[in-house]
Amino acid sequence: MTTAAAATRPKSFVDEVMDATPGCSKLEMCIQCGTCGGSCPSGPDMDHSPRQLFAMIRAGMKKEVLKSNTPWYCVSCYYCYVRCPQEIHITDIMYTLKSMAIKEKNFDEKAGAGLAETFTDYVEQDGRSFEFGLATWHNLKHRPMKLPGMAGLGMGMLQKGRMDMTRHKIQGIGQLQAILNKAKELEEAAS
Amino acid sequence: MTNKYIFYPGCSIQKNSRAYLDSMLEVQQPLDMQVQEIPDWNCCGATEYAAVHRTASYALVGRNLALAEQMKDGADTVVAACSACYLNLAKTDKYLRNDQKLNEQVNMALAAGGLHYNAGSVQIRHLLDVIVNDIGLEKIKKSVVKPLKGLRIAAYYGCMIVRPDPDKRWDSPEYPMALDKLMRALGAEVIDFPLKTHCCGGHMTQINPDTAYELIRRLVHSATEYKADMLVTLCPMCQLNLDAYQVEMNKALHTNYNMPILFFTQMMGIAFGKDPAALGFGKEFVNAAPALAKIGVSAPAGGEPPAAKAKKPEGLPMPQMPSQD
Repeated sequence: MTTAAAATRPKSFVDEVMDATPGCSKLEMCIQCGTCGGSCPSGPDMDHSPRQLFAMIRAGMKKEVLKSNTPWYCVSCYYCYVRCPQEIHITDIMYTLKSMAIKEKNFDEKAGAGLAETFTDYVEQDGRSFEFGLATWHNLKHRPMKLPGMAGLGMGMLQKGRMDMTRHKIQGIGQLQAILNKAKELEEAAS
Repeated sequence: MTNKYIFYPGCSIQKNSRAYLDSMLEVQQPLDMQVQEIPDWNCCGATEYAAVHRTASYALVGRNLALAEQMKDGADTVVAACSACYLNLAKTDKYLRNDQKLNEQVNMALAAGGLHYNAGSVQIRHLLDVIVNDIGLEKIKKSVVKPLKGLRIAAYYGCMIVRPDPDKRWDSPEYPMALDKLMRALGAEVIDFPLKTHCCGGHMTQINPDTAYELIRRLVHSATEYKADMLVTLCPMCQLNLDAYQVEMNKALHTNYNMPILFFTQMMGIAFGKDPAALGFGKEFVNAAPALAKIGVSAPAGGEPPAAKAKKPEGLPMPQMPSQD
């Protein structure tokens, strides 16, 4: 019957994004009004406005959506989120798309993905972020030509005592890693 | 009566925004406020962890909430001074209350570390919220010994403190007034700042600096147009982007904006007659000392540290492009 048919029907990309977004994303409610793009501070530099991206998700254009710089250029300002007349959790959907792109290693925005991955590595190793390591590694990897120009900022941060060159590990790092690994396992099993 | 709170400091405040932490601790006593740090807390994930792992990003925050719940003893309010930390904690708590599947997954993950969190068992609030709404402007006014009369201040909120506002704690997601009222209570003149909740550039300084520079430029330009003496903020990321990256933005766009960016607790400390050095003045990249001199307060000079060594011109003079000046 219909339930059996629904169970065997392959998941559309819209379903996939909605299922992967915690809470109720309401992605299917988009009326293509464009309030999101008009409210977005980095909109002018995005490959696609959020509205366009949502139309592409509905059209099943997974590869193009994940390769777009749009989710990476989202600054988490939540203007679109509070202004959306359909109350779509746009910022949360951007996080979902980023994590999908990283999981499938399908992204063109290398600096955006690189920043998230390097940040995450430090948090998983120490339980804390490590700005000095993040700034040097990230810039070395993704903007080596700009590094000499940024050295002044780094030196200033160090001289003013605003940056630490040593890492700080939390005592319960083993506990934290066990928690994070279990969460990843559960997510894997559910998908 | 002393107001007691559980405190989640977050990574940024430890070092890059030390002035925020130091000034917060300085104004605690006159406000009759006491904070107790969550022992062995971990990073909230900022805006990056969730871009890599979804469920784990909630478990990451869940550990902090579980540790906070264990401390509940008279105090059941967790205070965060950083807007990103505040939102990550508040949002996780709300989603754990409303999304049964996520709640089960996060608690199964926490169990792997011997922890459990009952969603909704602690209140998550921002430092500005408890100072303005619990302690109150009347009490603050009574502690003012050095009114900020003569200073024009742009009260800047940024994004995550007021948006999406999961627990409906603020008057408006786009035009809040709490910080304006607080600065007025200290005696300052507060400008009607139209960009008060616009973005500081967030992580774009690291991904595509040109995008960030334009957002930074708009904010300091608007504050400058309104003849503000300083812009006051409540988030480490906003302070770093508008202060340290204001210098980078000036280089990139060939501008010379000079807008000091300070934490609201630093200005409370000045109004309460505290020592500017103890409040972290001097750590800012855009020097705030001239602005404070306007009200007769002498503060350690901030500003860009002197360059290592100025290069001496060598050899014959060569033609230079104007931008190389």
